[in-house]
Amino acid sequence: MPSLRDVRKRIRSVISTRQITKAMEMVAAAKLRKAQMKVMQVRPYSEKMDHILESLSAAASGEMIHPFFEKREVKKQTLVLITSDRGLCGSFNANLIRKSWEWLEGKDKDKVELVLIGKKGSDFYKRRQFEIVGRFNDWSGNLDYPKAREVVDFLTNRFLSGQTDEIVLIYTQFISTVRYKVTTSRYLPVERPAIDEKKGGNIEYIFEPSPDKIFANLMPRYALTKMITALADSFASEHGTRMIAMGSATKNAGEMIDALTLQYNKARQASITKELLEIVSGAEALKG
Amino acid sequence: MFNLSIVTPEKIFYEGEVTSVVVPGSEGYLGVLTDHAPLITAIVPGKFTIKDKSSKEILFCVSYGFFEVSANHATLLADSVEFATDIDFERAKDALSRAKKRLADTAGNIDIARARRAYERAFNRIRLAGYDTE
Repeated sequence: MPSLRDVRKRIRSVISTRQITKAMEMVAAAKLRKAQMKVMQVRPYSEKMDHILESLSAAASGEMIHPFFEKREVKKQTLVLITSDRGLCGSFNANLIRKSWEWLEGKDKDKVELVLIGKKGSDFYKRRQFEIVGRFNDWSGNLDYPKAREVVDFLTNRFLSGQTDEIVLIYTQFISTVRYKVTTSRYLPVERPAIDEKKGGNIEYIFEPSPDKIFANLMPRYALTKMITALADSFASEHGTRMIAMGSATKNAGEMIDALTLQYNKARQASITKELLEIVSGAEALKG
Repeated sequence: MFNLSIVTPEKIFYEGEVTSVVVPGSEGYLGVLTDHAPLITAIVPGKFTIKDKSSKEILFCVSYGFFEVSANHATLLADSVEFATDIDFERAKDALSRAKKRLADTAGNIDIARARRAYERAFNRIRLAGYDTE
């Protein structure tokens, strides 16, 4: 049976923990709202871009139109893993790391390289044998456009210079405030969109200038948009999972406080009873 | 009348019915009216003019991007858009002198294409703000 003082100390410490988790939950909720808005704002641009890419592909079928589409024999693969910089967000990073680990499993160490976005991924792979070619940390959960551009420039340069033949992206897709999905998708080379007859892929467009010139303009932006979408989704998911994790931590702390308070009161009562007994029996003895 | 949406990576900037638009295409300005043939064009920094339902003219300052029209649905995808009336002249002037300095720097270790684009953007803003660029 823990002493009264010990229980009181525990209660106090759990109360302050609850205060912290409660505050973190609220902060995460506010950040989630902002990040979610960002996701919603980026989506229309990305969708429109897909649409233009589709129409262009339909018009310029056959020819090699842009180096981003070039499929080479895969001698080297790059894995880009987007994790968070900070912890305390439930299984968010664990899920991502598990997925990346599965992806790396059975692959030749000389044939893969890693680009890690977010501190948690960096920490995990620091002492593993895989080669890390790029690290992009300290986003503090915000979408930073110049920084995103830096990442994209880095990746596209690697691809165009032939240092890597395929870039794969693992990130968390934001579906709703309570649903997230760890997604693996190929970043480069870009898959030529299939021509969908129903969606108007057969519209005869006028192009100005020629399709390949538009492609030259479009593809770098396409690559950037894809990265920004992935980042926006990741950040929103991070804040969402943190909010949920902190919410349940707050609830658990509350339950713990109740249980401890009960224990404390019981212990207090027991000690009072004991003291009374001692006094009464002491008085009895004196009388005797 | 047809539908126009102006979309930037940050947000949907404008959405609504318009009677005409004039686009700064990479091959020159072009006008688009209702029932225009399907078209995709690259755009360069310039003046993007629309006439809304009530034939009121609205001026936008756009930078690089794309313009697509099909089935009376026009979309402008631009890196950045602002109302011509919202242009921050001082900022544009700073950007212009910065870009000029860069272009004049013959040391070589600068990205010429990038400096050039920055120059175009700044120049365009200043022009649309209605000031001289000497």
